[in-house]
Amino acid sequence: MSNSVSRQIVLGIGNPERGDDAAGRKVARLLLQMAPDNVEVTEHDGEATALLARLDGAAAAYLIDACQSGAPAGTVYRFDVSAAALPQGLGGLSTHGFGLAEAVELARALGKLPARCIVYAIEGECFDLGAPLTPPASAAVAKVVQRLGSEIIDDMEPGRKPRCTNPT
Amino acid sequence: MARRTIKVDYLARVEGEGGLKVVVRDGKVASAELNIFEPPRFFEAFLRGRAFNEAPDITARICGICPVAYQMSAVHAMENALGITVTGSLRDLRRLIYCGEWIESHALHIYMLHAPDFLGYEGAIDMARDHGDVVRRGLSLKQAGNEIVTLLGGREIHPINVRIGGFYRAPRKRELAPLAEKLKWARDAALETVRWSSSLDFPERERDYTFVALRHGKEYPFNEGRISSNRGLDIAAAEYDDHFEETHVERSTALHSRFKGGGTYLTGPLARYNLNFDCLSPLAQDAAREAGLERNCSNPYRSIVVRAVEVLYACDEALRIISAYEEPDRPAVPVEPCAGSGYGATEAPRGLLYHHYRLESDGLIAQARIVPPTSQNQASIEEDLASYIGDFLDLPDDELRHRCEQTVRNYDPCISCSAHFLRLDLDRG
Repeated sequence: MSNSVSRQIVLGIGNPERGDDAAGRKVARLLLQMAPDNVEVTEHDGEATALLARLDGAAAAYLIDACQSGAPAGTVYRFDVSAAALPQGLGGLSTHGFGLAEAVELARALGKLPARCIVYAIEGECFDLGAPLTPPASAAVAKVVQRLGSEIIDDMEPGRKPRCTNPT
Repeated sequence: MARRTIKVDYLARVEGEGGLKVVVRDGKVASAELNIFEPPRFFEAFLRGRAFNEAPDITARICGICPVAYQMSAVHAMENALGITVTGSLRDLRRLIYCGEWIESHALHIYMLHAPDFLGYEGAIDMARDHGDVVRRGLSLKQAGNEIVTLLGGREIHPINVRIGGFYRAPRKRELAPLAEKLKWARDAALETVRWSSSLDFPERERDYTFVALRHGKEYPFNEGRISSNRGLDIAAAEYDDHFEETHVERSTALHSRFKGGGTYLTGPLARYNLNFDCLSPLAQDAAREAGLERNCSNPYRSIVVRAVEVLYACDEALRIISAYEEPDRPAVPVEPCAGSGYGATEAPRGLLYHHYRLESDGLIAQARIVPPTSQNQASIEEDLASYIGDFLDLPDDELRHRCEQTVRNYDPCISCSAHFLRLDLDRG
C-alpha cells in the first residue's frame, strides 16, 4: 500500500446481485487489470461508514456507483465532489438512507475527504435480484473504464499510457 | 372540528421504507399509524425445500445491520430440532460475534441516527460539522464491532463462517490478541458514550410497558434464556406461539405482534435492561448508575443511554471472552439431519428474534417462521406516538414532526427485517 500522502483509491460500489447496481463493481474489476500497481482498486458494498473509513487518508479517490436519476439507461455522469456535493436526485441505493452521497459529505464535515475526489455514476434501469447487467449499463461500464483509466493516469503522470487500454 | 395531520411520507434514519401518520382532532391525538410499505420479502417461503444447514446463510440476508442475529436464531432453532447443544469455547465464540454486532449496530444508531434528534440536527452530517470528535468516536466504535464480526464471521456484513453446530473455522488464540487491544480502546470509548449520551436532553415521558426479553439468569442475554416479561411471563422459545400472535393490518407489510388475548409489548434494549440489570458486568452497572439510570427505566427516549450501556457491556464481555478463550478441539459439533421441529429466540440489537423450523427426515425445511423485533414493536411504537405526542401539540408542525420521528427512532426500527409477509386473498369469481 502506498503512503497516505500519495495513496490513490478506486472504489466500485454496489450490490453484485442486483442487476445494474453491479455496474460500479464491474468497472473496478476491469480497472484492476490495467491500473498502476500503486493504485488500490477494490469493490465495496456502499455502506457509508465503511466507505468513510476507506476514504480516510487517501490523496485521491475515484468512486463509481449506479444511480437512478430518470435519465436514459447507460447515461454516464462525472462529478468532481472535491469542492461541491453530489447533486440531489441521483437516487443512489443505500441502507438507512446512508450511501455514497452521505459518505462524501460526512468525510467533508470530518475533514477526511481526499483532496481529489471524483464520482462516476452510471444510470441503471434494472435492479432486480439476480439480474445481469443490462446492455446499456454494460456499454456504460466499458466507457467509464476507458475514461477513468485515462483520468487516473493523467492525474498521476500526464502523458503516460495505462498498461492496458482494451478492457475485456 | 379542528383537524391537524402530521404526515411523514418517508421516515429518515431508519432501516427500510416506512412512514407515519398522526391525526389530531380537537387538540387530542385521534390516531397514530406507522406505515410500513417496504415490499414483502418472502424469506419464509424461500426457506421451504432448502436444506436445514442453509438456514443461517439464507436468513442472514434478511438484514445487513443484524445478520448475526438471524444466524444465531437460525442455528439455535435448528439445533433444538436436531437435539444438539453447543457448549464451551464454541458457545463463547457465539457470544463474542454477537458482541460485535451489538457494538456496530448500537454505535451506528446512537451516533448517526438517534443523536441528531437530541442535538437538533437534520442528520449526522450536520452534526459532524459541529461535533466532529463525537462522530469520529462513534465511527471508530462501530469499526471495533465490525472487526469482531469480520474476524469470527469472515466478513463484516453477512458473515459466512457461522454453521449449525458451531463455525466452519474457529480462530486461533493469537488472532484474538490484536482484537483485544482495539477493544480496550473501544471499552473506554463506550464508557465515554454512556456519559455523553446521559447529558442529552430527554423528554420526561414514561408508560407502564410490558417488557419482553430473554432472561438467562446468570448472563446478560445474547443467545440463550427464557422468554420473560416484567409481568411474570417465563416460557421457553417452543411456547412462543402459545402466548403471542401476529396479525396483518392494512397499513403495514409487516405483521403486528401482540399477546394472545390482547396487549402490546416492548422488546429491545429497554426490555433487556429492565429484566437483566443484575446480569450486566459491574462496570456497566456502575456506568448506568452514574448516568442516572435506575435499575428500571420506562422512558423510551433514554433508550439511547441504555444502548450505550449495552455497548459498554458488549466491549467488556468481548474482552472477558477473549481473555478466557481456549481453542476448541473442533470448530463445530457434527450434525445429522432428522425429522423434527425446532425453536430459537435470541436478542438482536433491536430485540427478540424468534425462529421456528419444521424439518423433514432428510433435513429439508418443511416450514419456517421468523418473527423479527420490529414486527413486535410496531404496536408499541404507535401507542407511544398516541400517548406522548399529545403533550407536544403546541409545537409548530416541523418540530412536532421531528418529535414524532424521534419517538419512532427510540426503537431503532429495522423495517427491512420486519416486512416479510403479505396476505393474498385470491378471488377467482
